[in-house]
Amino acid sequence: MTAVFEPSYEPSYEPWNETRGAEIIAEHAGQEGATLVILHALQEAFGYVPEAAIPMVAQALNLSRAEVHGVFTFYHDFRHKPAGRRVLKLCRAEACQAAGGDALAARAEAKLGVSLGSTTADDRVTLEPIYCLGLCATAPSAMLDGRLVGRLDEKRIDALVAEAQR
Amino acid sequence: MNMRIFIPRDAAAVAVGADEIAVAFEQVAAKHGLPVEITRTGSRGLCWLEPMVEVATAKGRVAYGPVSAEDVASVFESMASNGPHALRLGVADEIPWLKRQTRLTFARCGVIDPRSLEDYRAHGGYKGLERALSLGSDAILAEVTACGLRGRGGAGFPTGIKWKTVAQASANRKFIVCNADEGDSGTFADRMIMEGDPFLVIEGMATAGITVGATKGYIYIRSEYPHAVEAMNAAIVAARRGGYLGDRIGGSTHSFDMEVRVGAGAYVCGEETSLLESLEGRRGLVRAKPPLPAHHGLFGKPTVINNVLSFAAIPFILAEGAKAYADFGMGRSRGTMPIQLAGNIRQGGLFETAFGVTLGELVDDIGGGTFTGRPVRAVQVGGPLGAYFPRALFDTPFDYEAFAARDGLIGHGGIVVFDDSVDMRKQARFAMEFCAIESCGKCTPCRIGSTRGVETIEKIINGERVGENLALVEDLCNTMKFGSLCALGGFTPYPVLSALKHFREDFIPAPTTLQAAE
Repeated sequence: MTAVFEPSYEPSYEPWNETRGAEIIAEHAGQEGATLVILHALQEAFGYVPEAAIPMVAQALNLSRAEVHGVFTFYHDFRHKPAGRRVLKLCRAEACQAAGGDALAARAEAKLGVSLGSTTADDRVTLEPIYCLGLCATAPSAMLDGRLVGRLDEKRIDALVAEAQR
Repeated sequence: MNMRIFIPRDAAAVAVGADEIAVAFEQVAAKHGLPVEITRTGSRGLCWLEPMVEVATAKGRVAYGPVSAEDVASVFESMASNGPHALRLGVADEIPWLKRQTRLTFARCGVIDPRSLEDYRAHGGYKGLERALSLGSDAILAEVTACGLRGRGGAGFPTGIKWKTVAQASANRKFIVCNADEGDSGTFADRMIMEGDPFLVIEGMATAGITVGATKGYIYIRSEYPHAVEAMNAAIVAARRGGYLGDRIGGSTHSFDMEVRVGAGAYVCGEETSLLESLEGRRGLVRAKPPLPAHHGLFGKPTVINNVLSFAAIPFILAEGAKAYADFGMGRSRGTMPIQLAGNIRQGGLFETAFGVTLGELVDDIGGGTFTGRPVRAVQVGGPLGAYFPRALFDTPFDYEAFAARDGLIGHGGIVVFDDSVDMRKQARFAMEFCAIESCGKCTPCRIGSTRGVETIEKIINGERVGENLALVEDLCNTMKFGSLCALGGFTPYPVLSALKHFREDFIPAPTTLQAAE
């Protein structure tokens, strides 16, 4: 490789802070149907949606805590605790299955010593399934934090796992 | 004159190295001291050739692909000298795979700079809206009805009727909602058009707005598509600046503005009423219909909710007239369908063509069979809720009714190819598993049925009372099909039953002992 291009997608998050959380909520609370927008914004800032934020969202939107909790738990994206330092998502939908994704997912699980949906003991890597990245003609595919990788094979999945562990 | 190079920024191209290639081209050009202008485009959809890079020549844009970082120096020299290269594909428009398509919706995708409103306009963009503004609501409705366009999300409901219903409803507010929650595996047309030609979607939605009297639109994009979210947001800003969103769009008396909302990983939100709930900030629980969204949609107001591809078909229809669109197709399936060839396929990508092409032509001829080189055994058409078709049904023409007649659906036009190593028991179990994971939980057949389905198929896989359990799965599928509130529970039986019907041999243990006894 002549041109090495390795954009750093490693995310960095602020520690939870009530004042900052309140600011984020206030920034979006005026929109119609703002619950998901706010939950996304909180997760983007803190890496997860802290439990303490749920009643704050409820109050800002004049909803019950149960309603906000219900929304928060309904959607796969929202986390109740921080993920590992890197998040590796493997597409497990049919197009990637057809292209050999099952074996590659098993390989990643073995290398990391965790099953899909869990985080390594050292909190370095969270390995998750994702149901379709829309890269179905260059399958199998994965996403390491924000970076997409297609045409996965054993070599590429090993490199991705190694990068995530670094 | 500067050398003009075009490199896709489409997520599928980026996933196989397009960003690295773009950097490498800049470096090589700098080394040669040649002034180069690099435009990042969408993808032409020849995914097996991605990253596909093009250079402007007197004869048209010449393509190279698939280009890896190591190839950049030699490709650049070939471009500069117009010399031969192993990856040189000739003039892009003349590549047979592209040339044999009928690109009405995807005409500009991969050609223009998706960040540039000027480029969009220079390639015929906003002609449809301009004509729509001169026609007025009734005449637009007549065109959208006459063209025969049916909802491209999969349900195939006539778009003209939907729009007319909303136009006739009286309310203080109406909404236009674009369903960009493209969750079906094997589909990526929405993503490609949002990333490669986002103004087209905006134009289609704005046209719907002026037709039905809605001034606000939302495009609900799944969170798995960050590149599409970015592209749509950038295009919305540019369209506003250019006077195509906001007050008095296109110099008319109509106002229409829109915003992007991002989903949160729930597949069921691709179902329109679930999507509306989600947009309102709630759990994506499916609503019982009626009332239809056209009467009682977003925030209880009359709402046009259409798929990305439906809105994206509108500008052509209005610019060129209903007949120009309706002249393509077969039976009640008029116009073109952007078909997506995916999975284990040699030449996968986006193939837009008139309805009527057969499944066999798509898979064998256009797709070139599998990339593993093994025989094609099964293809799933229409996403996780679509049926598995065996080779014996490859004569089925791509048409809403023809697929329905064979207990399948075309859905959003995705085709996932499997070779002969596929275990159809696993695929049937996965269909139930996926339904169990993604069920919104509102109705019992879907919520409970999917879990019971996984367990029962598991028993079949383990060889427990296979005959009885097969009958049980079939019975369960009927309950789900007829008893579920929406297509998630209602259509999950399609992949399961088709696997049972067409690939029965995978479910019944081979009768080896019997044969030995005879």
